[in-house]
Amino acid sequence: MATVTNTPADTHTADHGHDDHHHGAPKGILRWVLTTNHKDIGTLYLWFAFIMFLVGGAMAMVIRAELFQPGLQIVDPNFFNQMTTVHGLIMVFGAVMPAFTGLANWLVPMMIGAPDMALPRMNNWSFWILPFAFLILLSSLFLEGGGPNFGWTFYAPLSTTYSGDSTALFVFSVHIMGISSIMGAINVIVTILNMRAPGMTLMKMPMFVWTWLITAFLLIAVMPVLAAAVTMVLTDKFFGTSFFDAAGGGDPVMFQHIFWFFGHPEVYIMILPAFGIISQIVPTFSRKKLFGYASMVYATASIALLSFIVWAHHMFTTGMPVGAEMFFMFATMLISVPTGVKVFNWVATMWRGSLTFEIPMMFAIAFIVLFTIGGLSGLMLAITPVDFQYHDTYFVVAHFHYVLVTGAVFSIMAAVYYWLPKWTGKMFDVTLAKWHFWCSLISVNVLFFPMHFVGLAGMPRRIPDYALQFADFNKWISIGGFAFGLSQLIFLVLIVKACRKQGEPVTDQVWEGAEGLEWEIPSPAPYHTFDTPPVVK
Amino acid sequence: MAVEETNSDNQKDAGDMPTNTQRPNHAKTVGKLVFVVVAMFGFGFALVPLYEVFCELTGINGKTSDTAAVYEPIEIDKTRTITVDFITRTNTGMPWEFKAVTKRVEINPGELSEVAFYVRNPASRDIIAQAIPSVSPGQAALYVNKTECFCFRHQPLKSGEEAVMPMVFYIDPQLPEDINYFTLQYTLYDITERVDEPVDVAMNSIQGR
Amino acid sequence: MDISGEKSVKSLKAVMGLLTLCVPFFSFAQSAAERSDLNLRRGVTDISDQVYGLHMLMFWICVVIAVIVFGVMFIAMLKHRKSKGHAPANFHENVKVEIAWTVVPFIILIVMAVPAASTLMDMEDVSKPDLSIEVTGSQWKWHYKYMDREVEFFSLLASQREQIENKFPKGENYLLEVDRPLVIPTGQKVRFLITSDDVIHSWWVPDFAVKKDANPGFINEAWTRVNEPGVYRGQCAELCGKDHGFMPIVVIAKEPAEFDRWIDEQERIAQEKRAEEERLLAMNMSKEELMASGEQIYNSVCAACHQPSGEGLPGAFPALKGSAFILNDRQGHIDVVVNGRAGTAMQAFSKQLSMSEIAAVVTYTRNAWGNNTDDLVQAKDVNDLIQGK
Repeated sequence: MATVTNTPADTHTADHGHDDHHHGAPKGILRWVLTTNHKDIGTLYLWFAFIMFLVGGAMAMVIRAELFQPGLQIVDPNFFNQMTTVHGLIMVFGAVMPAFTGLANWLVPMMIGAPDMALPRMNNWSFWILPFAFLILLSSLFLEGGGPNFGWTFYAPLSTTYSGDSTALFVFSVHIMGISSIMGAINVIVTILNMRAPGMTLMKMPMFVWTWLITAFLLIAVMPVLAAAVTMVLTDKFFGTSFFDAAGGGDPVMFQHIFWFFGHPEVYIMILPAFGIISQIVPTFSRKKLFGYASMVYATASIALLSFIVWAHHMFTTGMPVGAEMFFMFATMLISVPTGVKVFNWVATMWRGSLTFEIPMMFAIAFIVLFTIGGLSGLMLAITPVDFQYHDTYFVVAHFHYVLVTGAVFSIMAAVYYWLPKWTGKMFDVTLAKWHFWCSLISVNVLFFPMHFVGLAGMPRRIPDYALQFADFNKWISIGGFAFGLSQLIFLVLIVKACRKQGEPVTDQVWEGAEGLEWEIPSPAPYHTFDTPPVVK
Repeated sequence: MAVEETNSDNQKDAGDMPTNTQRPNHAKTVGKLVFVVVAMFGFGFALVPLYEVFCELTGINGKTSDTAAVYEPIEIDKTRTITVDFITRTNTGMPWEFKAVTKRVEINPGELSEVAFYVRNPASRDIIAQAIPSVSPGQAALYVNKTECFCFRHQPLKSGEEAVMPMVFYIDPQLPEDINYFTLQYTLYDITERVDEPVDVAMNSIQGR
Repeated sequence: MDISGEKSVKSLKAVMGLLTLCVPFFSFAQSAAERSDLNLRRGVTDISDQVYGLHMLMFWICVVIAVIVFGVMFIAMLKHRKSKGHAPANFHENVKVEIAWTVVPFIILIVMAVPAASTLMDMEDVSKPDLSIEVTGSQWKWHYKYMDREVEFFSLLASQREQIENKFPKGENYLLEVDRPLVIPTGQKVRFLITSDDVIHSWWVPDFAVKKDANPGFINEAWTRVNEPGVYRGQCAELCGKDHGFMPIVVIAKEPAEFDRWIDEQERIAQEKRAEEERLLAMNMSKEELMASGEQIYNSVCAACHQPSGEGLPGAFPALKGSAFILNDRQGHIDVVVNGRAGTAMQAFSKQLSMSEIAAVVTYTRNAWGNNTDDLVQAKDVNDLIQGK
C-alpha cells in the first residue's frame, strides 16, 4: 500500500556543504554538545528525561520511606517538604515534558517527511540549557536552609515572605526551564506548519503530530504566564513589590489564579502528547485504522481550549462566590466529554480489530484503563461540594498520579517500546520488557490505588507524619512505591542493552500493522532522512 | 497514505507546498510565535490589574473600595435591618493596640453611619500603619460605600501616641436580599519601612483623646 | 456482527456468570462504603450527609461507566485477537455512534450537575448565625475567639514530641489531639470567620464537610450545624511550612445548655487569669524559678523551630545560642517575643503566653546554652514594653 521513499545514505554526501548541519555523525562528546540533528537531540532529551525520572523517583523513595510508618524516622519535616517540592518540579519539568519533547524531536520530522526540525541550532540550545536549570535547582538543596520547600505550586506568601533565600535559584531555574520549553514549542510549530512533505495536509497528519502541535500552542500560551508568576514571586521576595502581600494592597489568592491559569493547561501539556502516542499504537496492534480521526483532532483542540477556563477548580476552598464555583464546576465537567470521546475512539479502534499484544500495546491498554480511572476520579473532583472534602487530600494525589504516572509516563514507555526498534534497528529484549511491564503495572497500582482510600479517610497531602488509622495503607503504598522504583531499573537495563545495539535486527516496518512515513525508512533510521521530501498521496 | 519517490523536478511542481528550503517562511512564523510569547508574558502581569477589576465587579476577594464614596441622600430602606460586625487585628510584628470602639451596628440600607476605631502605639519607635479591609461574605463588599475612612490613608503614630479613627459609611440598598449580616475586618500592618514619609504628618483624626 | 445463535447463548452465559461473580463484590462494596478508613465519612451535619450522598452517586456513576467501557474493551481483547484468527474490520468512523457518545456523556453530566448545584446552594447560607467564632491559623497552631464573649485561646498539637520521634508509644489519637479543643453547641448555626496571621492554612473538619482556606489579610467564612454531640477531628489541609502536618483541629460539640455552662466557666477562668496576671506583675521571681518554667515553655513553644539545643535550623530558623541580637539587645529580645517579627514564622507571643511566661522564656533563652548574660526578665518588664512605659 505504500512505496518506500528512502534517501540512500550516499546521496547526502553530495549535498554536504550546502547546508552546514548536513554532516554524518561525528564521534565523541562534541557530537552531542554541538549536534543540530533532530535524532541526536531527541536522544539527548530522552536520556535527560530518564535520568531526571530516576532522580525524581529517588526523591519519591525518600518520601515513601518516611511515610512507611507513623512518626518521624528518616528525614526532618523541612527536608520532607523539599523532597515533595523538588520531586514535583523534576517530574513535571524534568521528566515528562522533556520526554515528550524528545519524542517530538525524533518523530515529528520523520512523520511529516521533513529532513530535520525547522530551527536546528535553536533546538540544540533549547536542550542544552535544560541540564543547567536542573543543576541549579538540585544544587539549591545543598545550600544552608535547603532548597524550595513550598510545594511545586509555590503558593504565596509561603514562597515569598516566608521562604528561604534559595527561592532566587528556584525562580532562575524555572525561568530557564520555561525558555527551554518555549523554544522547543516554537520549533515544533514551525516544523509542523512549514516543513510538511508535499501532500501531507493537516488532516493527514498522524495523531501524534496533531496532539503535539496543539500542545506546542498551549506551551507558548502558558509558559510565559508561569514566567510572569515566578517573576512576581521574585520581586515580592527580594524587591519590595506586593503583588501577593495584603499589607501592600496585594492578594495571596491572586497568585493562585495566575499560577493555575498556567497550571491547568500545563496538565494538558503533559497528557495531550500521550493521547497522540496511544492513538498511534492502538491502530497498529489492532491492524485497523484509528476510529474517528477527525473527532480525535476536534476533541484534542476542544480539550486545549477548555483548559483555559477551568483553572479555578484547583481553588474551590479559597472562598469564591457561589456563581464562580458553579461556572468552574460546569466547565470542568465539560472537559470529560472530549476526553471521553478519545477513550471511546480507542476502544472502537480495538473493536473487531485483529489484536496482538506486543509490549507497546500492553502499555497502551494499561494506559487506557488506568488513565480512565484517573479521569473518572478527576470528574469526581470537579464536583465542587464534594471537592471541599477531597481537596488537598491523598485522593487528589491518587488522581494526578493516575493521570500522570499511569497516564503520561506509561504512554512515554509505550512510545519508547514502540519506536525503539526503529531508532536502534534491533528488537529490544522482550523478556525484560515483559518483566518491566508486569512489575510496573502491579506495583503502580499497589502504590497509587490505596491513596484513594487514605485520602477519602481524611489524610491531607504533603504531610511527613500521619495519624494511626492511615498506617496500614501507607505501608502498602510505600511497598508499592519501592517496587515501582525498582521496576524502573529493569527498564534502565533494557534501554542500555538497546543502545548497545543488542538484539535481533528488525524490518523497516518493525510491527506488522504499523503505518506512517517513519515505518517506511530503514531501521535503524539513518542519520539523515527525507533530504528530498516524499510525496504523500 | 501512499508515498512516492520524488526528485527535484516534481519538487518544483509542488511549488506551493512548504518545503525545507523555504527559510524566510520560518522567520515569519517564528516572529509571530515570539510575539505571542511576549504578549502572554505581558498578559501574565496584566492579570494583576484584571484581577483587581474583576474583584471590584464581583466582590470575589471581599475587599472594599479604597476611595471615598460621595453620599447622596438616597431613600432609606426601612424594611431591612443590616447587622454589621467590626473586628480588628494586628499583623505579626505590629505592636499597636487596635480596637473597634463600635463593635456592631444595625442600620438600614441607605442610612449613613459612623463608627470609630481606637489605636495606640506603645512601642518606643514611631510607626506608620496601613489598615487593610476585608468583608465576609465577599459580595457584601460591593455594597459598602465609605465616605470617610482611615483606611484610605497611611496612619502614622509617634511613640506613645493614641488616636480614635472614624469611619463613615452607608450600605447600598441594592445589597442582595439574602445578605442581612456581614463582617468587616481591618488588619493593621506596620509599613514604616516601605514608605519614606515622616511620621509627624498630622493624622486626620482626634489626637490623644 | 458475526455472532451465531449458539455463540450468543454462550456469551450470555459468560456474562451471567460474571455478574454472579460481581454480587459478592457489590455487597462487599456496600459494606466497605460505610468504613471510615476506606471511604468518605457521612459526617454529623445535614450538609456532610448530602456531600456523602453526592460522593456515592458520583462513585457509582463512575463505576458503571468504567465497567461498560472496560467491559467492551476486554471483550474486544478476548474475542478479536489475531491469535484466534480474527480478521480486522475496516470501519473507522460512524457519525451516529460518535454523536451518541458525545451526547450521552453530556446527559450524564447534567444528571450529576443538578444535585451538585443544589448542594452547593445549600452550603451557601449567609443568614445570621447563632454563634460566630474567629478562627486564625498561624504557623503551626489555630487560634479561636468567640465573638461577643471574652473567650479566646490557642489550640496546639498535644501529641508529645517523644511520640513523634518514636521514643514513646503513640496514643490512639496521635497527631489528631490538641491541648484546648474548640467547643461548639449542637443544633445551632455556628459561623467560622477564618483568616491567617502568616501563610495560607486551611481549616478542615471532615465530619462537618467544612474546608476553607485561611488567607492572610482576608476573611473567609464557613458555617456548620452539628446534629450530634461528640468529638470531631480534622487537620490543616494547605501546605503551610515545616510543621504543616502537626496542626490538628479538634472540635467538641456539646448540647446548648452544656455549652453555655462551659463558656461561662471559660469566661470566669479568663477573668481569674487576668487577676492572677496582675498579681504576678508585682512579684519578682528568682532566677531558678524563671529558668525552670522558661525551659518548659521553651521546649513546648519555641523548640519546634529554634530546636531544643537553641541552634535553630541554619537558613530557615535562626540560632538563639550565641546570637548577638539576644546577647546585646534585652529590650529588642522582649519586643520580638511579644510582637513577633513581620514576614517570619516568629509570631506575636503576647497573644499566646502570659507576661510571666514570656518573662520566664526570655530569661531562659538569655541564660541557657552558654548565653550567660545573667539578665533576669520579670513580668513587669514585659508589661512595661506592652504598655509602652
